Amino acid sequence: MTITSPSSPSSTTSAGDVEGPFLQVEDLTVTFPTQDGPVQAVKGLSYSVELGKTLGIVGESGSGKSVSSMAVMGLHDARSSEITGSIRVGGTEIVGLAESRMRKLRGNSMAMIFQDALAALHPFYRVGDQLAEGYGIHHPKASKRDARRRAIEMLDRVGIPQPDRRVDDFPHQFSGGMRQRAMIAMGLINDPSLLIADEPTTALDVTVQAQILDLLQDLQREFNSAVIIITHDLGVIAEMADDVLVMYAGRCVEFGTTKEILTKPEMPYSWGLLSSIPEVGASTDARLIPIPGNPPSLLKPPSGCSFHPRCAHRDKVPGDLCVTQLPELTSASNRAGHLKRCHLPNPQEIYQTEVLPEIAPDLAEETR
Amino acid sequence: MFAYVVKRLLSGVVVLFLISMSVFLLFWYGPSEPAQTICDRDTSNRCTPARLEVFRENLGFNNEWYEEYGTFVKGVVAGREIQFGSTTKFQCDAPCLGYSYRTKAPVFEEMKTRMPATFSVAIGGAFLYLAIGIPIGVAAARRRGTLTDKALVSSFLVISSIPYYLFALLTWLFLTITWEIPFFADTGYFPITDNPAKWFSGMLLAWLALGAFGCTQYTRYARGSMVEVLNEDYIRTAKSKGLTSNSVVYKHGLRAALVPVITIFGIEFGTLLAGTIFTETIFDIEGIGLWALEAVVQRDLPVVSATALFGAAVLIIANILVDVVYSILDPRVRLS
Repeated sequence: MTITSPSSPSSTTSAGDVEGPFLQVEDLTVTFPTQDGPVQAVKGLSYSVELGKTLGIVGESGSGKSVSSMAVMGLHDARSSEITGSIRVGGTEIVGLAESRMRKLRGNSMAMIFQDALAALHPFYRVGDQLAEGYGIHHPKASKRDARRRAIEMLDRVGIPQPDRRVDDFPHQFSGGMRQRAMIAMGLINDPSLLIADEPTTALDVTVQAQILDLLQDLQREFNSAVIIITHDLGVIAEMADDVLVMYAGRCVEFGTTKEILTKPEMPYSWGLLSSIPEVGASTDARLIPIPGNPPSLLKPPSGCSFHPRCAHRDKVPGDLCVTQLPELTSASNRAGHLKRCHLPNPQEIYQTEVLPEIAPDLAEETR
Repeated sequence: MFAYVVKRLLSGVVVLFLISMSVFLLFWYGPSEPAQTICDRDTSNRCTPARLEVFRENLGFNNEWYEEYGTFVKGVVAGREIQFGSTTKFQCDAPCLGYSYRTKAPVFEEMKTRMPATFSVAIGGAFLYLAIGIPIGVAAARRRGTLTDKALVSSFLVISSIPYYLFALLTWLFLTITWEIPFFADTGYFPITDNPAKWFSGMLLAWLALGAFGCTQYTRYARGSMVEVLNEDYIRTAKSKGLTSNSVVYKHGLRAALVPVITIFGIEFGTLLAGTIFTETIFDIEGIGLWALEAVVQRDLPVVSATALFGAAVLIIANILVDVVYSILDPRVRLS
């Protein structure tokens, strides 16, 4: 089934007339002034996403993954945040863009799906009205009936049974999975070229999670949109993403294709993330190894590499480089496109000989 | 919903019974002697024990309280005959709330003539404080943390810390006595049907006092509720759709923020109707509140119990209305 919008407005950001990646973020920094001083939630972040591709952003709470995506959507309050760097969406620079123009992009050529759909949908308005509202605002010529028809169409597309009846339900009358589907329908109602999904499956049970991820993949293939999926779940990354960006304390600490990051990670924080997920089929005494310590304070970030207070491998770096000097984001082991921010001279060797045997002994056997 | 309302009304009737019973008990077993007060007044302070005994007998204070209470309830339901002394007899039709000890006039009739004054005060005042308070509260919430917000919040806190009777009294003193603004000179209740302009000018000062004082509270309620709602996820969702910020604030924000404010308003409005005693006394408005005050001072049992019942009934109805309105505003709420 294909979806056609009756009156698609001519947009400067339609997919065709842009060369290169649809979304290009360069040296993005997001600062929140607080009473205790400025907090840099995102520092010098750069990435790009092409149409039809999916970028996964992983990291702990407070690593800046949501903050950076909210900046892309222009959802930070200008009075309480400061954004520098460059964000280009379909060729349009949106850092410093006037709110009136930003509003035309938001929900139209880019959309966001939030976690916890129960909180993210308005409790007092019917699901269909909430969907239709998003359509109507970007299609001023469309009638109420057109907007409603479009809402039903989208509910049908995301797999809600009897959409012509459920369209008049309130969010609390939907199940958790259906609410997330409705949220996705709301995000996609204007055929956005960029879709940001912020932990779209976090509040759902596992079987529903898989359905939602399948749905997102289907929809992406259908609309050929650029997708950013924010998660702390590497399972979701493995399923969905083409590229992975690992964030720690507001910075990108490792970037590469999903296969690279999941099989040959070179940054101890990425190792930590891999160590802390259980594996199906592993013996029941296989150990889950948590990353020691807590995420750092963004108010007083650690000197040098932000991860050094929690890093188990910093004694392998000569001198006190980890404490004194912030590692550059450099090419990892000469593999194209794989970037890491770490001082370790021989990360692959350490991963193969020390980390892998710890977390996946069978795998370590195979690769040896 | 209908069944729910009926159920609530029935339980309201029980509450009214209990309240009228308590008022009777207070008169019978309370520390004062109502017959004494009335005897003193009616005999110009030459009340002898013999005369007092006559008053006691006539007013029924020599009977057991439940006998008199039974008569009272019978009067409310079916009407009754009331006798003062040996000669004067009145026929009091249902709903008979008795005759005033003081004016010898039927209480229910007097209540009917006084209710419009009280409703005028309360509705006008409430309209003013909502119309001023809610927009200011929303504006403050949108500018949360700015100088404007802080100035509004702290100055309103100062006003609402003043006792209301003092605030109303000062309003009246300054506007009518000190500054002698002629428009405010003649406060009081004049029936709207006789002369709307006079009704308006007679009420205006009372409305201003109520409105200016009440709006400080509603500014705080609205601001607090709005600040909370503007932090909700669904507000972020509304922004992310590309809605204008007015649409986000009013259609999505205010719609949700109003629910708790309306709940508070419903209950407070009931209280306002049941007792605008200060407002009516200070601005000389012949409403229920002033009447109740006079009746308590004069130990006028039928009037005291009638005003207590009026207050209770208004509160019961206001509470039921709040629940019904709440269930309409919030689709998640089911009345049962």
